[in-house]
Amino acid sequence: MLLIAFLIGFPALVALAVAVAPTADLRSQLVRWSAVALAVGSAVLAAAYFRSEPLYFSVGEGLRQLLDLAFMIGGLVVAAVLLFSCRRVKGKEWAIPALIVLQTSLILVAELGPAHPVVENPFYVDGFSLLMVLIIGLVGGLITLYAIRYMRDYHAHANGVADRQPAFFAVVFLFFTAMFGIVLTNHITGLFFFWEITTFCSFWLISYSGTDEAIRNGYRALALNLIGGVCFAAGIVWMTYSPDLRTWELDTLIASGGAVALIPAALIAVAGLTKAAQMPFHSWLLGAMVAPTPVSALLHSSTMVKAGVFILVKLAPVFHGTVPGLLLALIGGVTFLATSLIAINQRNAKLVLAYSTIANLGLIVMCAGVGTTATLWAAILLILFHAVAKALLFLSVGSTEHLIGSRDIEDMEGLVYRQPILAMTLMVGMLGMFLAPFGMLISKYTCFKAFLTVDVFPGGGVLLLVILAFGSAPTLFFWTKWMGKLVAMPRREQPRIGAVPGEESFALLVLTAATYISCVLFPVVDWAFIQPFTHDLMMSGLIPVGDDSTPWETVLMMTLMLGGLFLLPLLFWLRPPKFTPISGYLSGANVAGSASYRGAMGAEREVAARGYYLTTLIDEQRLTRQGVLAAGALTIAMLAGTLA
Amino acid sequence: MSFLKKSPWILHYAATSCNGCDIEVLACLTPLYDVERFGIINTGNPKHADILMVTGSVNEESRKVLENLYAQMPDPKAVIAIGACALSGGIFRDAYNVYAGIDQVIPVDVYVPGCAARPESIIDGVVQALGILEERGKQRKRQRKVALS
Amino acid sequence: MSYETLALAAAFIVLGPLVGGLLAGIDRRLTARMQSRQGPPILQPFYDVLKLFEKDTTIVTSLQTLYVWCFLFFMVISGVILYLGGDLLISLFALTVSGIFLVLTAESTNSPYSKIGSARELVLMMAYEPMLIMVPLGFFLVAGSFRAADIAAGDPSQVIQLLGVLIGFLFILTIKLRKSPFDLSSSHHGHQELVKGLTTDITGSDLALVEIGHWYENVILLGWLYLFFAPLGVLWALPIALVLFFAEVLVDNTNARLKWGTTVKASWWVAGLFGVTNLLVLPFI
Repeated sequence: MLLIAFLIGFPALVALAVAVAPTADLRSQLVRWSAVALAVGSAVLAAAYFRSEPLYFSVGEGLRQLLDLAFMIGGLVVAAVLLFSCRRVKGKEWAIPALIVLQTSLILVAELGPAHPVVENPFYVDGFSLLMVLIIGLVGGLITLYAIRYMRDYHAHANGVADRQPAFFAVVFLFFTAMFGIVLTNHITGLFFFWEITTFCSFWLISYSGTDEAIRNGYRALALNLIGGVCFAAGIVWMTYSPDLRTWELDTLIASGGAVALIPAALIAVAGLTKAAQMPFHSWLLGAMVAPTPVSALLHSSTMVKAGVFILVKLAPVFHGTVPGLLLALIGGVTFLATSLIAINQRNAKLVLAYSTIANLGLIVMCAGVGTTATLWAAILLILFHAVAKALLFLSVGSTEHLIGSRDIEDMEGLVYRQPILAMTLMVGMLGMFLAPFGMLISKYTCFKAFLTVDVFPGGGVLLLVILAFGSAPTLFFWTKWMGKLVAMPRREQPRIGAVPGEESFALLVLTAATYISCVLFPVVDWAFIQPFTHDLMMSGLIPVGDDSTPWETVLMMTLMLGGLFLLPLLFWLRPPKFTPISGYLSGANVAGSASYRGAMGAEREVAARGYYLTTLIDEQRLTRQGVLAAGALTIAMLAGTLA
Repeated sequence: MSFLKKSPWILHYAATSCNGCDIEVLACLTPLYDVERFGIINTGNPKHADILMVTGSVNEESRKVLENLYAQMPDPKAVIAIGACALSGGIFRDAYNVYAGIDQVIPVDVYVPGCAARPESIIDGVVQALGILEERGKQRKRQRKVALS
Repeated sequence: MSYETLALAAAFIVLGPLVGGLLAGIDRRLTARMQSRQGPPILQPFYDVLKLFEKDTTIVTSLQTLYVWCFLFFMVISGVILYLGGDLLISLFALTVSGIFLVLTAESTNSPYSKIGSARELVLMMAYEPMLIMVPLGFFLVAGSFRAADIAAGDPSQVIQLLGVLIGFLFILTIKLRKSPFDLSSSHHGHQELVKGLTTDITGSDLALVEIGHWYENVILLGWLYLFFAPLGVLWALPIALVLFFAEVLVDNTNARLKWGTTVKASWWVAGLFGVTNLLVLPFI
């Protein structure tokens, strides 16, 4: 309990301290050691409770009322701050203050209502939330470490951007408070309060640079997340006044099952969908790209979007075996398919990462919607692997951008020769994202197996399988294309580029190691965190009893592959074959020792070969429109389906 | 036994020829002559080729290409000059822009005369080149052993 | 995993290249006969590869060799899983990894021919992947397991139940075997606009390893094809699989090459029409 209070309270205190720190040096030290403290704190919490049953912590009567009051006043303060931030809205953005007012009045209706439900246990830990704490603490901590140096460079590069670093780091730590709050709170209005803080933090961080584009994108993120917030508030109102289900406790909501809890669960799920950037709400995550890279890394990997899928996975037992559950899975499916295809079109590295994030979250939503033991297992592992690999990728792209001055994939040609360490971290990140034997594939494998047995309505399972099959193919395409660019022989002598700064490379190397280790040790993660979580759900009869163990033969083969991927490069490094180097084939017209050829009139020309972006096959705009329409219709159908 | 003899892959380069000899080279691939019987394949890629067949007279433009192609062929390799122009410059021998035979540019192992050279004699030329190729293969093997020890 | 399957997997590692090379030899002989030529000896592919080992190896970048090793390694792993009677889906994943390393080999040079080849190979992988994934899914729905051993011991009627999946598989088999009309990434004959596409800058022993990898791949694909008919018993299944396998030679010789856009669309349509429909109606068959 003290640890939980530490994890939630400490970042908030640090945020205050950082904001008022007198010198930049002191601030950096403070940020550094606080990030370490958070990482240690989360590790200690995980070590203290791993493999335990879900534990609920109750508080005394006085403290309980204090908490209720704190969450209500806190919510009002957040709403006021948000309203204040709306002073620069333009055009259609007038809807934002309206949404804030609507959401605040809804939540007040619930909170000020006569005798609202009593929350016995406002805090809890279970296997899943422990794993989330670990991800937030470790991955988020590493990103914060990385950000210290990055933000200094950022302001050296970006002219005309007001240096608001104290506030920046304060908001980042506030974000941690909110994230820890979300994964450890059983109190639903508390959850809502933390939820709104993440909305505010993401809005502030996205508009950090203060350019018009950044501000507009920040407002878009705010608007879309507020739609989710309104639905969340509506769900809370339902839970306050409903005759069947009167509770403010998350575990009671989940335990009530699909019969009575479906309506509030679906409303909260919409909030989850907005936060997890699923179609039709996905565009805010693309806009979030304008933020400094550590922010993108935070939003994409360990925080924000993970809050969305966290709540969806928590609610999975309610959705299991229901039609709205299948529709939820299909929303994820549509998103997965459409964004995987669109990612092929992208040349901007950060956009590729953004689309792939949305696609992977789509996959997690698919799993959550189905909600069997196996899919929950897969979803949780996906969250873990994705957080590590995506943080690694974003940070690597950020460093690359600082060194080569571009985030265009085409400009990263030959990075293996120019900056081997960065190329290596990028490659490991990508391998982790889509290739066997890395984690994503283990989860995908489980998804295939689990979807085969979905029988909510005839053909539903096959539909999900087909989406998974067709969505995986483009994934392979855009990652390999990028990897190909990284390993390509540069066409000419490239200018030397500087080394990656120490703190940045520390974060990168630790994340690289984590990508490998999480793949090797996933059975341990399974044993320590996931099994206690799913077993408890199975014991309470919320999800059907299923076998979530991986056959030892599969583990053996995966280990063999991982070993090969490790040993072959090692062997190559120890005993490199001695072959004669020669220039590439250019129809005999090559100019010696380079990738240039003698063209017409004896002029020397450089070979140009670009990646395929398949714009004739895939039309980004059309696909986005179709995806948004389909997912929008599915969302409405899901909400309507709960009433039926 | 060397497998070089069993699977000679060919690169055919026309250094400004009149295409007479080229047509005869391609004729070797047709069902009538079917050189694939002997494992001969026209690769069109110097990096995969064992035998370079050159037709036509070399001029300053095609010289560099020819040199490049020859350089990109991995050892052991052999060169066949096909047709009068490749042998000696042919009727263009005295032209200001033409080399008198491709052996002035790269080393040639087998000369196949004719204008145009007949498919039979081209195939015969390849068979002769195989002997040379095998000899070079053995040499190369010895060289590698020496380099290793 | 029994001694029998262990022996089979060991046989795959040792004899796989031999069988694969023979298949390639027969393929070339058949092609020649269809073109009224006599064609090379059946053992010609072995001569070619052994010759390549006698040649010098030149490289554009030394990393090429590493990628070729990885390509071969994952190909063998994929086959071992299959012939151990193991999980088809895992075998498929390994096959994909292997394909990606081949693409990286070609990408790592700076020849535009090689790059076009690798880009097209990637497009092809994207084209056949959905249908390829549907094959194990179909087997699972029929036999209740992803394991090759369970599928082989399944019901003889499974090939009828999975007819659509089989048709789809035969379609993408043409792509996987790099046959016309889908030989976009590396043409059989070098004297074309692509030169040799993927393998343009791979020489000597590296090229030999790629060739051996392709032989392994042939045996793996033949194994997949065999699985459809396996419950009929080896006396029926093997001849049928071989006949279907060599039917691809006929397709190869009677078709001109397609463009990549058409290829992707065609493969996805086939996957949708035959594969998905088959999976959807499976409960009613």
